Amino acid sequence: MFDFVSFIPRAVMQGIPLLFGSTGETLTEKSGNLNLGIPGIMYVGAISGVMGAFTYEQSVGAANVNGFLAVAIPLFCCLLGSFLMGLLYCFLTVSLRANQNVTGLALTTFGVGFGNFFGGSLIKLSGSDVPAIVLSATSSYFRRTLPISGSTGWFGKVFLSYGFLAYLAVVIALVAAYILKRTRVGLHLRAVGESPNTADAAGINVGRYKYAATCIGSMIAGLGGLYYIMDYTSGIWSSDAFGDRGWLAIALVIFTVWRPNVGVLASFLFGGLYILHMYIPSGMNLAVKELYKMLPYVVTIIVLVISSMRNKRENQPPASLGLPYFREER
Amino acid sequence: MNNRAHNPLFHVSRRAALPWYRAWGIRAGALIIALLAGALITNLITGLNPLEVYATIWQGSFGSARRTWVLFQNIAMLLCVSLAITPAFRMRCWNLGGDGQMLIGCLATTACMILLGGKLPNWAVILCMLVSSVLAGAIWAAIPAIFKARWNTNETLFTLMMNYIATQLVAYYIIIWEVPKGAGKIGIINQSTQAGWLPQIGSYKYLLNILVVAVVCFLMYIYLNYSKHGYEIAVVGESERTARYVGIKVDRVIIRTMFLSGAVCGLAGMLLVGGTEHTLTTTITSGRGFTAVMVSWLAKFNPIWMVLTSFLLVFLERGAGQIATSFGLSASYADILTGMILFFIIGSEFFINYEIKFRHAAGKGE
Repeated sequence: MFDFVSFIPRAVMQGIPLLFGSTGETLTEKSGNLNLGIPGIMYVGAISGVMGAFTYEQSVGAANVNGFLAVAIPLFCCLLGSFLMGLLYCFLTVSLRANQNVTGLALTTFGVGFGNFFGGSLIKLSGSDVPAIVLSATSSYFRRTLPISGSTGWFGKVFLSYGFLAYLAVVIALVAAYILKRTRVGLHLRAVGESPNTADAAGINVGRYKYAATCIGSMIAGLGGLYYIMDYTSGIWSSDAFGDRGWLAIALVIFTVWRPNVGVLASFLFGGLYILHMYIPSGMNLAVKELYKMLPYVVTIIVLVISSMRNKRENQPPASLGLPYFREER
Repeated sequence: MNNRAHNPLFHVSRRAALPWYRAWGIRAGALIIALLAGALITNLITGLNPLEVYATIWQGSFGSARRTWVLFQNIAMLLCVSLAITPAFRMRCWNLGGDGQMLIGCLATTACMILLGGKLPNWAVILCMLVSSVLAGAIWAAIPAIFKARWNTNETLFTLMMNYIATQLVAYYIIIWEVPKGAGKIGIINQSTQAGWLPQIGSYKYLLNILVVAVVCFLMYIYLNYSKHGYEIAVVGESERTARYVGIKVDRVIIRTMFLSGAVCGLAGMLLVGGTEHTLTTTITSGRGFTAVMVSWLAKFNPIWMVLTSFLLVFLERGAGQIATSFGLSASYADILTGMILFFIIGSEFFINYEIKFRHAAGKGE
């Protein structure tokens, strides 16, 4: 019998970073910016949070950490770090009209390098004498769950056993979906992504929308990195541990056909596919497990192909995705 | 009636083509500023004085004969992948799957070495390696191309996903072929017989790869600039509608070009496994497919300039790696420095393509 009660929470915990990443990237792509820097931004978000928490824990000592500050400082650092990355991307692609693919890839190179560098050298640079970055005090605040989750059996395990960032991810995704679909701001944003010329002619400030959507998107994606470090790995940084989740988040955007509300369940599905290989009966060939890890990408390609074959207008990528906008060109 | 209030401080307009020496002057300027900024950051982190930073970077690349060879080997591999994706890029078809196409080429090469090594004469094994790796890479690139040509499926995202499928496929075969069982890695293939190892020229392990890539570079330059195919690629890249109007079969050009693109990536994979590494890991390409995008773009898709840009990136990477080693810092320092320099160069393109006219300057003209 397949053990759903232990499988679902793990799938959800795998899915949450992807959900943050894909919600952020959806907002960004809706403004016409294909930000391939998301993997880098998630690394920067994670390491900024770690640096904030590390400095704080070192300065006051892990024993007398204040609960509010322990959450607020990493959160603020993470948002600031990923905001700056988003700003850099916007400055290069919107203001300086650089090629988005190249800028995004450079941002990923930089971001992943930044994360691994400070993850590996933070202790040496700050001159402290701890052997590894272990932020268990901070992490315990991020992982705190509702007190009733332990006493409600399978229900508590499946629905209530997560830290607050997990619920925040779902809320952000639903709010983003609402804003995109039902508000004027969302309409303007979609107009910018579909046809910046038309939007500009209608009096929408294209540059401002692109900047805002991309920076906010980056900040949301950065939270995914923070969640991974503070909650999933219990505050332990190890080099390259975050892996290719950033690219998976970009895949998820396609999979959800640019709808953050679909992303909530889809991210859990992806999380499930990501760890499915651990749940297939042991004793099977180890090699086959590697093939299982392919599933999220195969599924994404199938969705991409099917949506392009059916060619329904509401399921297409934003029409100006990846193209810089310059008013004097047409 | 107050015009002044609506007059912005500056105004951006597209430049007419700059003479090439001014364009490269701007790029060189950006590079120098970037290097200064890089040295400043290094100075803040390590306390090394900027001149020593440059000396260390130089040491890391040219410090010994071995390092110089490794430098040129790395340049050759990066250049080969960059050359591979360039035809697709000229067509505005964003092939981000260079990594996967190279990896699948590596896999095909490894398969030949393991399964055929010792059973066929060495030249036949090498021939099989060449054919199978080129075909594998080409097919890996042709799959997204067919969907792009037929249904206009987004090729950026498709090729990106294909990278990870290739990675998992390699992971699968690594476990099947692992030596010894349970080790999770293949180790050096055919260590004793050297079956399927590409021949060495004299005592220089890396020379063959470098020569092959030099030839590929030259051929690619001719293909892109002086052949009918190259012309068709340029037309499709500039305007698909024009291409269709003058009777170019756009979907055929897309599939053909991507096929070529993948084939050269597969070749790069064979050179890497058969020529130098003689093993297979999931990270053997070390992200070259992505770095290649930047190499190709920085050189404006010109194969000859690409020699220079790939040199620059590899030089920095090895130099920054040296700084990291000698100061006990994480090797990722190279990525930070590379990323920073890329930002400056990417930004500098703006000043080549556009000019900024300030208000007072514009006022005089009226």
